[in-house]
Amino acid sequence: MVRVMRSTVIDAPVSAVWDVLRDYNGHDRWHPAVSTSRVENGLYADQVGNVRNFLLTGGERVREQLLSFSDRDHSFRYRIVEADVPLENYVAEVSLRPVTDKNRTFWLWTSRFDTPPGLEQEMQQLVAEGVYEAGFEAVRSLVESPGDVTTVDSTVEAPEEMESGSAMVFTRYGEPEVFQMKPISAPPPGTGQVRIRQRAIGINFIDIYCRTGYFRFVEPPGIIGLEAAGEVIDVGDGVTHLVPGQRVAYACLPFGAYTSVRTMDAALVVPLPESIDFATAASCLLKGITAQFLLHQVHPVRAGDTVLVFAPAGGVGNLLCQWARHLGATVIGATTSPEKVQTALDAGAHHVISPGLSSLAEQVRDLTGGQGADVIYDAVGRDSFAQSVEALANCGHLVSYGQASGDIGNWDISSLASNSATVSRPNYVHYTDTHEKISLITSELFDAIQRGILKVKVQHQYRFEQVAQAHHALQNRQTTGSIVLMPE
Amino acid sequence: MPTAYASAVINAPATRVWSTIRDFNALPVWHPLIADSRIEGGAPSDQVGCVRAFNLKDGGFIRERLLALSDYDYCCVYSILESPMGVENYVATLKLTPITDGDRTFGEWTAEFECDPARTQALVDQISQGVFQTGFDALNERLRY
Repeated sequence: MVRVMRSTVIDAPVSAVWDVLRDYNGHDRWHPAVSTSRVENGLYADQVGNVRNFLLTGGERVREQLLSFSDRDHSFRYRIVEADVPLENYVAEVSLRPVTDKNRTFWLWTSRFDTPPGLEQEMQQLVAEGVYEAGFEAVRSLVESPGDVTTVDSTVEAPEEMESGSAMVFTRYGEPEVFQMKPISAPPPGTGQVRIRQRAIGINFIDIYCRTGYFRFVEPPGIIGLEAAGEVIDVGDGVTHLVPGQRVAYACLPFGAYTSVRTMDAALVVPLPESIDFATAASCLLKGITAQFLLHQVHPVRAGDTVLVFAPAGGVGNLLCQWARHLGATVIGATTSPEKVQTALDAGAHHVISPGLSSLAEQVRDLTGGQGADVIYDAVGRDSFAQSVEALANCGHLVSYGQASGDIGNWDISSLASNSATVSRPNYVHYTDTHEKISLITSELFDAIQRGILKVKVQHQYRFEQVAQAHHALQNRQTTGSIVLMPE
Repeated sequence: MPTAYASAVINAPATRVWSTIRDFNALPVWHPLIADSRIEGGAPSDQVGCVRAFNLKDGGFIRERLLALSDYDYCCVYSILESPMGVENYVATLKLTPITDGDRTFGEWTAEFECDPARTQALVDQISQGVFQTGFDALNERLRY
């Protein structure tokens, strides 16, 4: 049984917050994850026992039954009856309490549910952040007085009609051929949302895991994808950093980027400089953001450091090599593929070693006068972890940011005492979950691209309908650069 | 039945606030109205049923019995056995809930009691503002760093 609890304080009286939450059938008007809502069988929204039927912005359906409802306690409970997301026995409670000190509202949102083994963490995060915290922010921007926020020009009326386009829907878990192009319409943006005409969509390896069902983040029929670039059609209330017509890009949850038009939460959508084209942005944002926080936040690399990068020819590895070299580090790439050595050297690696030939630690020590690596960026996981720990210099830092070869398993941390090693396991979401964080990271990333510190190569552009071909190319490793889909 | 209620945001993690208020004998440590306190019979202060006897700084003497204590819910329930306040069947609950947004604490202090109807409003105000809100303010001041 997974439990989730999130709470916040809203700077408005309970009555104002309850006015918004009380409409059990109106959550589509404020929650960024909910596209439409209707109550089934003609019941009233405040009739206990009614079932609301959600279409989520990711395309999933969720049916939720109202179990209890109290105007006295400002609370209600509901359960999921049926959902396209793996949440079973899900019961949640929303409850508001007055903060008598300053007439504010304490909002508590809790739930418990079952989910298939292995998905607990992902689903917990999805519920806690994608549903509860996103809901807090949406209602907050609705009911809190704007304070000193400057209002944007409202002379341009937002079009109220739906914006039509095409989405690439995967119809079941399976081969690349499971995609089908379907017409889609994006609703006008609600509070805190933006509607985007997408011009380029990034394809990442996680998309293949989603499609095959290795990770069941999205249930078919559904829309996958995390990354895209395009133009703002219009923005909802409370969005001050974007305007219609602006060029933008994003690399964030929720899934649903494989579409030509999309309405989504605006907080993590960032303006795109004129000098960076859509294909480049869509091909490098996820990888570039990852490289930025790995090199500048998880372990700030300094001139003179020895940096070991696994998979130096891969998407993130390639950027790590380029950027670490620019920072003045000695860069060592580690790859078992002879044909990728040149790519690694081109990316900026001073040396390339092959973990298979002799012990990784020996090779690293040979190159560093016996010292070892100050920091190691390792997304290989199970097959490399032990070697990586051994290859660290004293007081070195192993940054484990993925496990392409499988789970690392349990480790006795006292073994790290052999060289006073530090181990980090950063998660993309935690470095990129607020507008402030993502703005800081992308401004540095775009600056590095514009100044030529990072050279981003878009290897292949595929038309939207060639998505199957693009997936084949990525999963067969036919490509060393990035690939993007280009909707019409 | 008259109810006094005050709630506040305390700018410290719930575990930290709880470790301050959990001790049923610690009122004089953190509540500015309390002069001293002892647990009768030398009982541990977290033994449910124990009685605290304390003096207010303005001279009043109060005895209260611990009815419930929950480290799981961050919650403490107690009743008044003897006081100069003129209340009957007084039962109070002090409860904390974590605010995950910002790792702060939502504190609620509620009391239900019976009294002379003419004094209801004055007592509700005195207890909710004079006692409970004053306590929250003191906690905020104390746990600021």
